[in-house]
Amino acid sequence: MSIIVLIPLSAVVWTSMEDGLGGFWHAVTRPEAWSSLKLTIVASLLVAFINLIMGTATAWLLVRDKLPGRAVLDTLIDLPFALPTIVAGLALLSIYGTNSPVGLNLAYARSGVVVALLFVTLPFVVRTVQPVLLELDREMEEAAASLGASPTKIFLRIILPNIVPAMAAGTALAFARAMSEFGSTVLISGNLPFKTQVASVHIFNQLESDNVTGAAAVATVLLLVSLAVLLGLDLLQRWAARRG
Amino acid sequence: MVRTGLRISVLVYLTMLLVLPVGIIFVRTFENGIGPVIDALSTAAAMHAFQITVVVSFYAVLANTLFGVTAAILLVRYRFPGKRILNALIDLPLAVSPVIVGLALVLVYGRTTGTGKALAGIGINIIFSIPGMVMATIFVCIPLVVRAVAPVLEEIGDDQEQAASTLGASTYQTFRRITLPSIRGALAYGIVLALARSLGEYGAIAVVSGRLVGRTQTVTLFVQERYQNFDQQAAYAAALVLVLSAVVALLVSRTLRPKEITR
Repeated sequence: MSIIVLIPLSAVVWTSMEDGLGGFWHAVTRPEAWSSLKLTIVASLLVAFINLIMGTATAWLLVRDKLPGRAVLDTLIDLPFALPTIVAGLALLSIYGTNSPVGLNLAYARSGVVVALLFVTLPFVVRTVQPVLLELDREMEEAAASLGASPTKIFLRIILPNIVPAMAAGTALAFARAMSEFGSTVLISGNLPFKTQVASVHIFNQLESDNVTGAAAVATVLLLVSLAVLLGLDLLQRWAARRG
Repeated sequence: MVRTGLRISVLVYLTMLLVLPVGIIFVRTFENGIGPVIDALSTAAAMHAFQITVVVSFYAVLANTLFGVTAAILLVRYRFPGKRILNALIDLPLAVSPVIVGLALVLVYGRTTGTGKALAGIGINIIFSIPGMVMATIFVCIPLVVRAVAPVLEEIGDDQEQAASTLGASTYQTFRRITLPSIRGALAYGIVLALARSLGEYGAIAVVSGRLVGRTQTVTLFVQERYQNFDQQAAYAAALVLVLSAVVALLVSRTLRPKEITR
C-alpha cells in the first residue's frame, strides 16, 4: 500500500512544493494551467448537476416504473464503468465528431468535453439512489395518499427527503470522477489549450514537456479536491446514519 | 403524463449517451466486412499489444487479489491503530486521476530519481517498462477486491472461524477451509471487476509506459495511437475487442454479484 499509493502520492505534493508555496501558486496560476483548472471545475459542476437530475430519473424508472425491458436497461447502466475510457472517447468522437452520422459535431468543443464526462459518470447517481428507492417503505406513501396528499406532495414530502443523502453522495462521486477524468476526453477535446484542455490532460502535457513541477502543482490541486470530496462523503454518511 | 415524459427523457438521454456511441463502434468496425477486421487484429503490433495487456493485467489482478483479501480481513476482523485511515485510503484510488497515478509513480521510480537509479543499478527498470505498468494498474484497481470481499466477511461473522480454531485448526487451515469458501463468490466478483479495469486502463499506463510502440504498448494505447495515425480500421477493431470484453465482464459480474451488494 505505501510503496504503490502513499509514497508516490506524497512525492507529487512534495514536488509541487519544491519552489515553495510561491512557486506552487505561480505554477497553478499560469494562464494555461489556470484555464484548464477552471474548465475542469465548471464542466464537472455542470456534469454533476445533470447527473443529479437524470440519474435520479433513471433510478426512478428502474425501480418504480414497470417499463418493459428494464433488466436490459439496468445492465446497460454499468457499461460506462466497464468500458475502457479511451474506447468511450473513440465511440463519442465517432458519433459526435466531424463525420457525425447524426449531424452533431462537438469535436474540439467544450460541449464535447461535457458529453465525455457525462458518459463516464452516468452510473454514479443511478447506483446510489436505486437501492434506497428499492428499500423505501411504500406504506408511508400509501398512508399519505389515503390522507389526501397529491402525488407531487408525496414526492416532495416523503420520497425526496429519504433519497436526498443518496442523491448527494452519488453527485459528489460523479463530481470527483469528472474532475479526474482523462482517457475519454483525450480524443474528443483535441486538447486545445485555453479551450478544451482539462486539468488531467494539462498534467499529461506538462509531464511530456518535462515540466514536472508544473504537472505536480496542478495534480496537487486535483488531489486536494478529491480528498475534500471523500471527506465530505464520509461526513455525509455519518450524518445520514445519525439521522436514521 | 408525467410518467410518459420521464420515460421518454430518460430513454432519449441513455440512447444518445450510451447506445448510439457504443453501437457505432460495431458499425465502423465492420464497415468493410470482416476480412479487414481480422487483418487489422493479426498484425504484429496488434498481437503484441494484446500480449502486453494480458501480461500486465494478469500480474495486477494477482497482486490485487492477494492484497484485497488480506486488507479486507484486516479491516473486518482486526482492530488496530490507523484502521479508519486505512479504510479511507482504500477508496482514494477511485477519486485520483489516472494521470496523477502515473505522475506519482514516475516521481518516485523514474530514471532520474534516487530510487529509480538505485533500482536501475541492480538491473530493475520500473518506469517505461512492465513493472511500472503493473504497479499503475494495481493502484487503480486497489478498492475493487477489498470492497467486494469486506461486506461479505462482515455479514458471515467469525463464529465458524472461532469454532474452527478452538477445535485446533491453524490460521491457514481456518482460512483455507472456512473463510475462503464463504467469500468465494464475492472474491470472484471483485476479481472480474479488477480484471475489467486492468484491461481497460489507459491514463496511468499512458504515463508510466512511455508509449513505446512495439514494446510497452497495451491495447488501449494501441487504439489511441492507431486512431491518431489515421489507421481507423485497426483502432475500431481493437476497440471492439475491448467493448466485447467489457460486456462479457459486465454479464459475468452480474451473475456473480453477491446478494448483499445487489440490494
